[in-house]
Amino acid sequence: MSDLMDLYQEVILDHNRKPRNFGKLEDADHFAEGNNPLCGDQLRLYIKMDGDRVEEIRFEGSGCAISTASASLMTEIVGGRTLGDVEDLYQGFHELLTGDPSVTAEAAPELGKLAVFSGVREFPVRVKCATLAWHTLQAALKDQDQSVTTE
Amino acid sequence: MTTVDDSITSKLDVERVRQDFPALALEVYDRPLVYLDNAATTQKPESVLTEEDRWYRELCSNVHRGVHYLSQKATDAYEAARGKVASFIHAGSTDEVIFLRGTTEAINLVASTYGRQHVGSGDEVLITEMEHHSNIVPWQILCEEKEAALRVAPIDDRGQLILDEYERLLSERTKIVAVTHVSNALGTINPVREMVEMAHRQGIPVVVDGAQAVPHLNVDVQALDCDFFAFSGHKMYGPTGIGVLYGKRELLSAMPPYQGGGEMIRSVTFEKTDFAEPPARFEAGTPNIAGAVALGAAIDYLSALGLAGIAAHEQQVLAHATDAISQIPGVRIIGTAETKASVLSFVIDGVHAHDVGTILDRQGIAVRAGHHCAQPVMDRFGVPATARASFALFNTLEEADRLAAGIHQVKEVFG
Repeated sequence: MSDLMDLYQEVILDHNRKPRNFGKLEDADHFAEGNNPLCGDQLRLYIKMDGDRVEEIRFEGSGCAISTASASLMTEIVGGRTLGDVEDLYQGFHELLTGDPSVTAEAAPELGKLAVFSGVREFPVRVKCATLAWHTLQAALKDQDQSVTTE
Repeated sequence: MTTVDDSITSKLDVERVRQDFPALALEVYDRPLVYLDNAATTQKPESVLTEEDRWYRELCSNVHRGVHYLSQKATDAYEAARGKVASFIHAGSTDEVIFLRGTTEAINLVASTYGRQHVGSGDEVLITEMEHHSNIVPWQILCEEKEAALRVAPIDDRGQLILDEYERLLSERTKIVAVTHVSNALGTINPVREMVEMAHRQGIPVVVDGAQAVPHLNVDVQALDCDFFAFSGHKMYGPTGIGVLYGKRELLSAMPPYQGGGEMIRSVTFEKTDFAEPPARFEAGTPNIAGAVALGAAIDYLSALGLAGIAAHEQQVLAHATDAISQIPGVRIIGTAETKASVLSFVIDGVHAHDVGTILDRQGIAVRAGHHCAQPVMDRFGVPATARASFALFNTLEEADRLAAGIHQVKEVFG
């Protein structure tokens, strides 16, 4: 059960129950859709930029606890950041989930609360749940028209 | 005069049959495996594993080609398997049994051959709202190509086909009806015989997706009077990569080939090819001989146990699990048809099916979480996904209880 407790940490359960920045952003200037066809997770991401800074970011959709919490925490952490920061966070998050397991979350303090997802590494099939929001973010910022899929 | 009552079924000794399945001795995460994903694929009994292995060790040779000893032996074994399939589904003749990769390929074959021949612009193909993607997409592709329309017979809130609506949708434009015998996402058993009768009254042939039916029900294609019946070996204790299309002889004989190649011809010149009669016409190339022979072993296994006894046991496990789960607050069962087979789909308030699947998995319980390749069914019930427990002849009442306990654990994790 300890793996499960690592996966479903209180922060994750909390963001799943009460997702932050949830809902449509009417004056968004960047948008992308993400979906995970295997489990039916769907995500719509709205972003309003101010120069190269994320001024506001919101999301809508439905998904499992991991993907919902990941989207919620992502919007919290990238809000107000520059594109360069966002790229660094994305790389760091990806490393946390799929990289060398001996590198702990403490080694990447800039990830902040995102460290709660370190437990996902023990559940390889759930990695794509956690990364869906981030892939969708990449697409939205690059203004890719096609929707993002984890498959 | 004495009469034999063949309705008396021998009770399935589940503890004994469990010994036949090596995989049931597995432990996952240090717990005994509770395998409840049988609608995806069943575990295999020793006799099937042995037969496949024996074919490669002792009979390996190509079929219908060589004059040598092994080739003859291999051909005999392959054709004997065809005979077993024919009697298992009560086909009128072995010529009506085509070996393919599985249900999906079988349905695609019908759509590409019979379908292309008979469906034209303005025509319709009728399916139901509870179909698996494999009984939707081939027809969609056909309809698009032919500028025909795909019509869908609706289901009610319990997941049962609304038979009146189905009958209403049958018209002179309908060229094919394609229906699942048992729903993989809901467990509903469809009244296929009545549906076939209704379609035939208007001269419309019926394709039955039997993938979820064959491991649970005694299928008699002649009694059903369906025109085509497709199923997979791996959902009935046989190997993956082998499946069957049954088709009525007069329909198969009039159909063009699906793929060209060896085995399916009578004579070939560069100008013209004469095609072989069915079933060879539809079995181009070297078939999955080992798979077919092992499927024969799976049929022997099911026949020895008796489908009536298997069905009685599975119904008991399904009823027990349904009872146990429906008592848990916040759990909703999706698919509560009057007649069901071995499938228990459910959702838990505030918990996504994917999370349910992960938490059950860590307790050694294998279920499927997702849309079960039946997204329209999920849409119908307004859920993104369900968790699905699906039972086989080797599942026990204790395993149903472990599932219920597992769901309590899910609720605990999610507070």
